[in-house]
Amino acid sequence: MTNEVILQVKDLKTYFTVDEGLVKAVDGVSFDLHKGETLGIVGESGSGKSVTNLSVINLIPTPPGKIAGGQVLFHGKDLLAMPQAEIRQIRGNKISMIFQDPMTSLNPFLKVSTQMIETIVLHQGLDKDAAKQKAIEMLKLAGIPAPEKRIDQYPHQFSGGMRQRVMIAMSLSCNPEILIADEPTSALDVTIQAQILEIMQELTKRLGTAVILITHSLGVVAGTCDTLCVMYAGRIVERGPTDVIFEDPKHPYTKGLIRSVPRLDVENSERLYSIQGQPPNVIDLPDCCPFYPRCEKAMDICKKKYPAIANFEQGRAVSCWLYSGAKDE
Amino acid sequence: MSKTDLLLDVRNLKMHFPVKGSFLSKTQNYIYAVDGVDFSISRGETMGLVGESGCGKSTTARAIAQLYKPTGGEVYLKGKDLIKASAGELMEARKNMQMVFQDPYASLNPRMTSGDIIAEPIRIFQKRGLVDMGKDAMNERVEQLMERVGLSRFFKNRYPHEFSGGQRQRIGIARALALQPELILCDEPVSALDVSIQSQILNLFKDLQQEFGLTYLFIAHDLAVIKYISDRVAVMYLGLIVEISGAKDLYKKPLHPYTQALLSAAPIPDPKVEAQRRRIILTGDVPSPDKQRPGCYFYDRCSKRMDHCKTQRPRLKETEDGHQVACFLYHDPE
Repeated sequence: MTNEVILQVKDLKTYFTVDEGLVKAVDGVSFDLHKGETLGIVGESGSGKSVTNLSVINLIPTPPGKIAGGQVLFHGKDLLAMPQAEIRQIRGNKISMIFQDPMTSLNPFLKVSTQMIETIVLHQGLDKDAAKQKAIEMLKLAGIPAPEKRIDQYPHQFSGGMRQRVMIAMSLSCNPEILIADEPTSALDVTIQAQILEIMQELTKRLGTAVILITHSLGVVAGTCDTLCVMYAGRIVERGPTDVIFEDPKHPYTKGLIRSVPRLDVENSERLYSIQGQPPNVIDLPDCCPFYPRCEKAMDICKKKYPAIANFEQGRAVSCWLYSGAKDE
Repeated sequence: MSKTDLLLDVRNLKMHFPVKGSFLSKTQNYIYAVDGVDFSISRGETMGLVGESGCGKSTTARAIAQLYKPTGGEVYLKGKDLIKASAGELMEARKNMQMVFQDPYASLNPRMTSGDIIAEPIRIFQKRGLVDMGKDAMNERVEQLMERVGLSRFFKNRYPHEFSGGQRQRIGIARALALQPELILCDEPVSALDVSIQSQILNLFKDLQQEFGLTYLFIAHDLAVIKYISDRVAVMYLGLIVEISGAKDLYKKPLHPYTQALLSAAPIPDPKVEAQRRRIILTGDVPSPDKQRPGCYFYDRCSKRMDHCKTQRPRLKETEDGHQVACFLYHDPE
């Protein structure tokens, strides 16, 4: 990890118009991604993790979605203001993606070779034979046995774990600078998850790729990410180095989340902590802290205004009145 | 453990599904989903069943509940063999044995109100004269159940789509409690839930167990969840149980190579611990259960395999400290 920032997300806002009102799926998200860094985004379903990353690569379906504000600077150029033709040169090339379900993100009608060669020819300007060689090489790196035979098979002939390896090989075949992995192991069993995470870490380290890893699993984050963003109801509530956040979580939501996961390595004879209540409905959210109805430390101010970001040492930032109150009032 | 404490005793349970070729052709092959499973659960105990997808956890639960007709074996609930039981006897037994399912979206009828869903088991048994409860008493019971599982009684007339995932799972739990059963078979009841909701539901299961003296067969693929909820844990692989032990012992001292790999693969939500862990990375995928093998089912992926593992199948046997393990590392082949 170096200090060079390659991706800068500034105050990103993505809204969806639905019959019931306006869904602020992402509401003012900012973060920086450094070269070679692995950044984790955790949150529960509906917290806006996936929408954040679809917005980064400008893949929000419009309508009903709309990027309502903010900037995504990739080497200083705003991806959101770029014409489609230009961003297509970046998507899949400099910034590539892996999705949760490898069966729906691979085309079932096309051989793996066809799908991989297409990307490589398009972005790297190699001829077909060279592209196929490159594809086989990538499959081999991703740990697929007998890649020269497997490459001519169809996606259904691969198991779930193997398909995810194909996705990894495909997404890394153009030496991207950023890999966005959206719940890459959530559909897989633990032993396969361990294989996939290991291969992903090893390959991205070797190629110097920065990774944005979206997941709901705190365990996955703890083992793989350098920095961590915790999302709740469309906003980042806490951000900082992973080990520091786990050591000393500041936001009540982060604290609760970490305490409510049962752990394998601890004698947990006592009762598991649980956060009361339900995640909020994100339709027409009022402009206050969305966590206050579930928060043990809620104060009057929490019901009135969204807390400003309080900055701490080591690049930590927390959005909570417990920390930002004193300075503002 | 005295004999009278035994609530459920499963012996050599087998569930083979035929794979048919075309419409008229004979059965060609079988999927050996559960291939000889033995375990027992005593009253008030939680037995965790853990394993990867396709290992036969859910099939085991469904075969116990007689939702499938098992291919072979015996399932004794309070001393009565359910497989040989008549329809009437089975009905009687089911009053004592209810299920909670994984997907709270698919397991509730979208056209019924939550109150009707919870009352349905009582109605069914009332029709057959097995329960005697007046209309008011039933209403009262439904409302009590709803409040006990953490739902307001005013939600009685709402439909499932008006509830969140966690609330739906609470409806499913209330339905399972309606007949005051002794045994509840929980098939991945928290897998579809978010972390903060998952811990609420897990605690609810624990509270209900204490209050009503329930016995659980609790299926999950998340090892940490199983550890939290269970007294004893059975680890399944390819339709067989490879290890059974007390929850604490299993995590401290796993014996079977598969259990060891499974435990080491499970991520721990603590960066400091993660940085120092050494993973046993298993190669390959779980093989398909479409054939019976002469040797150990884990042979292909095992790092400690020996020659005779390929030709002889290890049986589940007790070691000195109360562990049961099916592996030749701990007992010699016959």
